[in-house]
Amino acid sequence: MSEPTAMKATTYREAVKEAICEALHQDPRVFLMGEDVGHYGGCYAVSKGMLAEFGPERIRDTPLCESGFVGAGIGAALGGMRPIVEVMTVNFSLLALDQIVNSAATLLHMSGGQFNVPLVIRMATGAGKQLAAQHAHSFEGWYAHIPGLRVLSPATLEDARGMLWTALEDPDPVLIFENNTLYNMEGMLAADAGPVDIDTARVRRPGRDLTLITYSASLFKCLDAAKILAEEGIEAEVIDLRSLRPLDDATYLASIARTHRVLIVDEGWRSGSLAAEISARIMERAFYDLDLPVERLCSAEVPMPYARHMEEAALPQVDSIVATVRRMMGHG
Amino acid sequence: MGEFRMPSLGADMETGTLVEWLVVPGQRVQRGDIVALVETQKGLFEVEVFEDGIMGEPLVQAGQTVPVGTVLAMIHAGTEAAAATEVRAAPPLTAPAAGSVAEEPAMAPVVVPPSTGLPERRACSPAARRLADELGVDLATVRGTGPGGAIQRRDIEEAATAQGIAGATVAPPTEPAPSAPGEPAAEETPAVGMRRAIAAAVSRSNREIPHYYLETEIDLSRPLQWLATENRQRSIRERVLPVVLLLKAVAKALRDVPELNGFWLDDRLRVSADIHIGFAVALRRGGLISPALHHVDKLGVNELMQVMADLIERTRAGRLRSSEATDATVSVTNLGDRGVKAVYGVIYPPQVALVGFGRITERPWAEAGMLGVRPCVTATLAADHRATDGHQGALFLEALNRHLQLPEEL
Repeated sequence: MSEPTAMKATTYREAVKEAICEALHQDPRVFLMGEDVGHYGGCYAVSKGMLAEFGPERIRDTPLCESGFVGAGIGAALGGMRPIVEVMTVNFSLLALDQIVNSAATLLHMSGGQFNVPLVIRMATGAGKQLAAQHAHSFEGWYAHIPGLRVLSPATLEDARGMLWTALEDPDPVLIFENNTLYNMEGMLAADAGPVDIDTARVRRPGRDLTLITYSASLFKCLDAAKILAEEGIEAEVIDLRSLRPLDDATYLASIARTHRVLIVDEGWRSGSLAAEISARIMERAFYDLDLPVERLCSAEVPMPYARHMEEAALPQVDSIVATVRRMMGHG
Repeated sequence: MGEFRMPSLGADMETGTLVEWLVVPGQRVQRGDIVALVETQKGLFEVEVFEDGIMGEPLVQAGQTVPVGTVLAMIHAGTEAAAATEVRAAPPLTAPAAGSVAEEPAMAPVVVPPSTGLPERRACSPAARRLADELGVDLATVRGTGPGGAIQRRDIEEAATAQGIAGATVAPPTEPAPSAPGEPAAEETPAVGMRRAIAAAVSRSNREIPHYYLETEIDLSRPLQWLATENRQRSIRERVLPVVLLLKAVAKALRDVPELNGFWLDDRLRVSADIHIGFAVALRRGGLISPALHHVDKLGVNELMQVMADLIERTRAGRLRSSEATDATVSVTNLGDRGVKAVYGVIYPPQVALVGFGRITERPWAEAGMLGVRPCVTATLAADHRATDGHQGALFLEALNRHLQLPEEL
């Protein structure tokens, strides 16, 4: 018997913070850069106290100019640094889209393999905090479309704690999407938690009847839904994608080979979504495993509403997941 | 080499159950030979082949229900086939049970080929389709319980259990035959199935065919007198029934007005050169079938009587030939023996006319200023107004009367 690992109570915010601090300690090439990360302590208070600890050279406040500071991050990475660039929300990252898509993702190829861009960009994403239509969307799926990028979606404390270091070690640009509703999530984390792989999906709950494929904050909605469904005798298997690009097809395909039914829960908009991509791959590679058409539960195709009840109604929720699964299983 | 397929014995037929093979593999068959018995919602039919050759191994075994168009067996041309047949028959498909496999082709559990011909497109999940292939479950025997009646894995599993298929094992020879047809029967009696088939046909008829109806009273004194004289010279078995005269007169009248004999297809009338009269036969267990009397216009009265007696007997025994079930060009319904005065029929699509006869009764008949009592029948015509107008219909009934008044020429 191995010794029980010591656990400690923590939050998602703390886990991210620990990961950044550890990287800053371990590698002098690492620095954090973004809007309000220094004096203000980060829009979501992730970098609170870091300026005092690491100084303004390594915790750098930037002007409100995403294209500028993301470009600076790319330049620093090309120059041998290991920058962590924080973009306040994914909506703002659109201002840096040219830097991310046309520069970071392509330079290795445009330089004939000469220049890697070892850049990590962290962004807050997702709805649920009444931040309305310019701060609350989920564009992870868009970025997952781009060759040359790695796109990560840590949902658990372990992944919030462990993905950053592995991402920094990757020689190419990695985007890490932190759902803003998760920062306050509390839980137990191993005291010695460290780097995790960024290649594979995980089965977060095994089940024989139906596969729920999801990622990020929707993971917990799916787990809650699976708990309710289990009381009715429906065993849903919950898969956390973790990496949105590349997708770990093998994990969910293996699950579908067991369950023959799939519901994809994706906070993105349905049209052209990551859910659509996964659905297509299932058709291509697991068609003969399917006992039901693949179904998707996505956000309503509206700009994210501000009013709480409307925002809630626009997102996949535990109730809607449960109802969809019940219908699929023929339980009304 | 030809393919012997599950025939369509009516527009509304989707599947048929192969009840019995009447030939064995390797047997030489000729066009027109009856090679198998097939049960449909309408009853049992003797199925003919349409080419000469040598019967191959059965691809569908007795008891299996398959979609229309499924290849039931190959028909090999000439002698090259014999060898092939033997090769295919050689591997022991059964555990070598007592008795010769070759002598009981219908019982030999053919390792069901995953797909014979194109299966009918039923909603069936891909996973269920694959499982059915793996277990050798025929989708036609499975009832779907998924969304919109789609077949799902659990339906295949249940069907496999019900049919005694366990995993990849092949069931013992005698078991599949009785259990396979028993499976749908548990859900649906033949009578229910036939009712549904009739419902489909008449619903389509009323939906699509703008009927018009004409009616006339026909004095049958002359034909019945003639018939009585004729029958007096015959033994009881050879006697001709009045209905034969009616059928014969219908056929002759159709020659005069051919537009009522044929089909409405693709928005146009296709007049049939042959006159095959579908003759509605009520079944004792309920329902009805309209087998075809072929070439009625060319048969003599005596011949027609024989053909009709044979046909009615075989229909009631459930042994119709496939061609008889399908190729009527017009229909006649005779509810006379049920006591009704007149019948206004529902045309059997895609036919364009239905002639009805009520009971032959004595009625007051005024003629040439005199009133008399005559045996009369009410003849009706239900016709498709897309194909003909009342004028042609009237001409037909007039011709019908004219021919009946000349019984010796029928």
